[in-house]
Amino acid sequence: MGKLKCECGHFNPTGTILCEACGKPIEGNQHLDGNDKKKLLNMRYDGSARRSITHNQSIIDKIWRFFSSVKVGVWLIVIALVASALGTIFPQEMYIPPNAPSRDPAIYYEAQYGILGKIYYQLGLHNVYSSWWYMLILALLGVSLVICSIDRFVPLYRALKMQKPKRHESFISRQRFYSKTDHISDEEIQQVVKRLQAKKYKIKSEDGHYFAEKGRFSRWGPYVNHIGLIIILLAALLRQTSFMYLDEYVWVREGELTVIPGTKNEFFIENKQFIIETYDENDERFKEALERTGGEVVKNYQTDVVIYRAKDSVVDSDTTLEKVVEGEIRMNHPLKFASYTLYQSGFQSNEFTSMSFKLYEINDADEQAIDVFTVDLMDPLPEYELDNGFRVELDQYFPDYILDDEGPRSETMYPRNPAFVFKVFPPDQEKPEISFLSIGQNIDATGENNYKLGLVDFNTHYVSGLTVRRDYTLPLFGLGAAIFMIGVIQGMYWQHRRVWLHRKGESLLLAAHTNKNWFGLKKDITEAIEDTKINMVIDQEELN
Amino acid sequence: MGNLATVSTIMLYTAFALYSIATVIFGVTIKDKDKRSKKSLSGIIAISVTIIGFIAQLSYFITRWIAAGHPPLSNLFEFMTFLGMSIVLAFIILYFIYRVNVLGLFALPIALIIIAYAMMFPTEISPLVASLRSPWLFFHVSTVSLAQGVLGISFVTGLIYLIKKVDQTNKSKKTRWLEVIIYILFIFIGFIVSTMSFKLANYEATFEFPVDGRTSTITYQLPAIAGPENGQLITEGAMDSWFDTPKWFQGQDAPRKLNTLIWSLITGTILYVLARLILRKRIGAAIQPALKNVNLDLLDEITYRSIAIGFPLFTLGGLIFAAIWAQIAWDRFWGWDPKEVWALITWFFYAAFLHLRLSRGWHGEQSAWLAVIGFAIIMFNLIVVNLVLAGLHSYA
Ligand code: HEM
Repeated sequence: MGKLKCECGHFNPTGTILCEACGKPIEGNQHLDGNDKKKLLNMRYDGSARRSITHNQSIIDKIWRFFSSVKVGVWLIVIALVASALGTIFPQEMYIPPNAPSRDPAIYYEAQYGILGKIYYQLGLHNVYSSWWYMLILALLGVSLVICSIDRFVPLYRALKMQKPKRHESFISRQRFYSKTDHISDEEIQQVVKRLQAKKYKIKSEDGHYFAEKGRFSRWGPYVNHIGLIIILLAALLRQTSFMYLDEYVWVREGELTVIPGTKNEFFIENKQFIIETYDENDERFKEALERTGGEVVKNYQTDVVIYRAKDSVVDSDTTLEKVVEGEIRMNHPLKFASYTLYQSGFQSNEFTSMSFKLYEINDADEQAIDVFTVDLMDPLPEYELDNGFRVELDQYFPDYILDDEGPRSETMYPRNPAFVFKVFPPDQEKPEISFLSIGQNIDATGENNYKLGLVDFNTHYVSGLTVRRDYTLPLFGLGAAIFMIGVIQGMYWQHRRVWLHRKGESLLLAAHTNKNWFGLKKDITEAIEDTKINMVIDQEELN
Repeated sequence: MGNLATVSTIMLYTAFALYSIATVIFGVTIKDKDKRSKKSLSGIIAISVTIIGFIAQLSYFITRWIAAGHPPLSNLFEFMTFLGMSIVLAFIILYFIYRVNVLGLFALPIALIIIAYAMMFPTEISPLVASLRSPWLFFHVSTVSLAQGVLGISFVTGLIYLIKKVDQTNKSKKTRWLEVIIYILFIFIGFIVSTMSFKLANYEATFEFPVDGRTSTITYQLPAIAGPENGQLITEGAMDSWFDTPKWFQGQDAPRKLNTLIWSLITGTILYVLARLILRKRIGAAIQPALKNVNLDLLDEITYRSIAIGFPLFTLGGLIFAAIWAQIAWDRFWGWDPKEVWALITWFFYAAFLHLRLSRGWHGEQSAWLAVIGFAIIMFNLIVVNLVLAGLHSYA
C-alpha cells in the first residue's frame, strides 16, 4: 500500500487527509473532507484515513462504504422512527379491547375505523413491530452500527494517539479558534501553560511548542454507547428463542393446588386466598376525587400463595411435594423462586364455591325449612341425607349451564352458572320428585311436587391469573443498557478540548479545538490568557 | 391533611405569580446593551424572583406529596406542573452557565403556559391505582420530566434563534412555518382562556347518549359544539350541540375532548388574528427587533448543550427506568404501548439530531428547526397520546 510522505518526514497511510504527525493538509486529498472548499479544516478524526474512503473497488467495499455512512445511519433511524409512528395510528392487534364486538383483525379494523382501518390492516400495520420489515430495519441499524464503528475505530485510535505538540502552521491557522500575537515572551507562555495545567489539561511540549489536552476519553463515548446498543439488539435476537425466554399463564382458584406450566411438572402453586383492596370512600384525602369519578379505586390485587417442588421427577397421585416458598404476589411485587417469576396479572370473580339449599313444603306459607344442605360445587356429593328421613339425590349437575340447539349442557367445567337436577325422596316414598334449579329458575318438572328446594346461601371464590416468566436475556439487556448509559454520559458530559501554543519566532500562534461545547473552551482560554498580552482567539466560523 | 393540601395549592399559585413577574423583569433586560450582562441589575432581580418562584413550586410539590401520601406525579395535572417546574429548573441551571437573560423571557412563559394548561385538568388529590403504587413511579416520571424540561430549553433557544434569524423582509416558507409554531402556542393560550372563562362562569351541559344499548351521560364544561353521537341535551338553558362527534374519535370522553379542541382552536385563532391586527405584521417579525442584542452562536451552543444534557437523562428515565418498571409491574419491559413507542420515537429523533449535528454538520438554523420539532414530539406524546391514543398510560 502506498505511503504518503509528509514534509515533516512522517509516512501516512493512503487516504490520509491531514498528516498524522504535523497536521499539514496532504495535497490531493483535501476534497475527501471538503477542506478544499473551506478555510477551516474538518477535524473529524483529525483527517485520518478511513477504510470507507480509501477502498472503493469491490462489492464488499461498496457495501462497507454504504453502511459506514452516517447519512445512511440517519436514514435508517428516521425510517425506524416513521415505521414506529405508523404503528400507533390505530391500536396494535394485541391491544384490541377484549369487549370489542369482533376481535378478528380482519373485521375489527374496518368495523371500527372504516376504510382507513381496512387499509391499515391490509398493509399489516396492525402488527408492525413484529413484521419482517420492521425487524429488517432494526437489523440494518445493527449492521450499520457495527460497520461504522469499526470503520472509525482505527482512525480515531491513530488520531488520538498521535498528538504531537509541534504542528504545521497551516494546521494551526485553519482551526476554528485561532489568534496570532506578536512579541510574546516565554514567561507569558509558561504562565498560560500553568493555568491550563491547573484546569486539568495535560501538557506536552516540543521545541518550544506546547499542546494542552483534556477529556480525550470522551471521544470513545459514541463507540461505547454503540456497543451497548449492539448488545441490546443481540439480546432481542436471543429472546426470540424459547430456551432463553418463557412466557406462560396460569389460572388458580382459591384453595386450589396446581402445576405451574412451563416448569416441566417440577413446581406447583397453591392459591391460599386472593385479595382485592379498594380505597376507603371516606378517606379525607381522596374524598373529592372519589366523588367526582364516582367509582371505587382499587388499591391492591394480591394472591397469597405457596410454591411447592415435586420430589420425584415422575408425577403421579402420591408425589410428595416440598414447600419452596410461601408469599404474596401483588401488582408491582412479583414473586421470584428458582429461575421463575410470577406476576399478578388478572382475576375472575364469577365462580361459585358452594350453594346451600333448603327443603320445604310447597304449601307452607312460611317456607319453614325441613332441612338445609350444602353442595360443594367443585366436588359435589351424589346424595344428601336430610333430617326426618328425607333424601336428595343430585341427578345431574351442569357447572356452567347453557341451553342451546344441543340441549342443556355445561359450557366449561367451572361453576360459573351452576344448574342442578335434584331427585327428592320423601320418607317412605319410592318414586322421587324431580326439581330443576339454576340461577333465576326453579322448575317443578311434573307439576305434581309436594316439596320444593330453595337457594338460601352461596359462597364464591376468586380465580387468580398469574403470568409465569423466565427470561435469561434480562441481564444481557441490563448490561447493554448500562454500557449505553456509560457511553452517552462519557461522550456528552465531557468534551475533548485541545489547545495549541505554536511558537513562530517572536510571535505566538494560539489555536484550539473541541468536539463540542465551544463556549466552555472559550472560557478556559479567556481565563488562561488573563493579564497576558496574548490575543484572545477568534471564532473563525462565526466570521464565515 | 386538608390544610396541607390548601397550602400546597397556594404555593403553586405563588410560583405562578412569581414566574409571571420574573418574565416581565426579564423583558426589561432586553434593553441592556451588554450581550451576556453579568452586571445587569434587572437580570439579577429577575433570576432571583425566578428562583424564589421555583422554591415555591418545590414546596407545592413536597406538601402535596405529604398530603397525598404518594409523589404527585400520577395524573395529567400533576405531571404537567412538574414539567413546568423542570423547565424552570433547567432554565436556572443553564442561566448560571451562560447568563443569557433573553432565555428567561421565553422559557418562563413556556413554563407558565404548561402549568396553566395543567391547571385546567382535575386538580384534586386522587388515590393511586394499584399499578402505579411503586417507587418507580417517582424515579421514572421525575427523570423523564426533568429530561423533557432540559430538552424544552433547546426548544426555547431554537425558537429564539429562528425568530432572530429568519428573514422577515419577505414572505417565505420559513416565515410561514415560524408563524405556524407561534400560532400553535396561541392555541394553547386559547385552550387556557376558554376553559378558564367557562369554569369561572360555572358552565355545565349534560348529555344523554346511547352506548351498546345502555344510556350513558357526559358533562361538558364548555358549550357543546361537538356533541356525543345521538346525544340528548338534558341541562336546561345550555346550548345544544351543533354536530355529532364522528365515530372514529375513540377513547374515553372523546366527544368532550374534541369539543375542547374546537374551542381551543377558535379562541386561539381569534387571539392570533387580533394580535396580527394590532401589530400589523407577522408575530415573528414583531418580536425580531427585540432580539437585536442576542448572540446567535451562543443560542446554538445552548440548544446543543441542552440536548447533550437531556438526551442521556431521557434515555435513563424514558427508556431504561420505564423498562425496569414495566418489567416489575407488567411482566414485560417493553410492550409497544403507544406511549412507549412515542418515547422511542423521541429518542430516535434526538439520536438523529446528534448524528446530523456531529457528522453532517447541521448547525445553526437547521439545528434550531430540529430542536423545535423535537419538543413538538414530546408535547405530542404528553397530550395527544395521553388524551387520544388509548393505552396503558392514558390516565387523564
Ligand atoms: C438508534 C441508534 C443510535 C443511537 C442511539 C446512537 C447514538 C449516538 C450518540 C449518542 C453519539 C454521540 C453523538 C454526540 O456526541 O453528539 C453517536 C455518535 C456517532 N454515531 Fe451513533 N447512534 C445510533 C446509530 C448509529 C448508526 C446506525 C450509525 C452508523 C452510521 C452511527 C454512527 C455514529 C457515528 C459515526 C458517531 C460519531 C462518532 C465519533 O465522532 O467519534 N450511529 N451515536
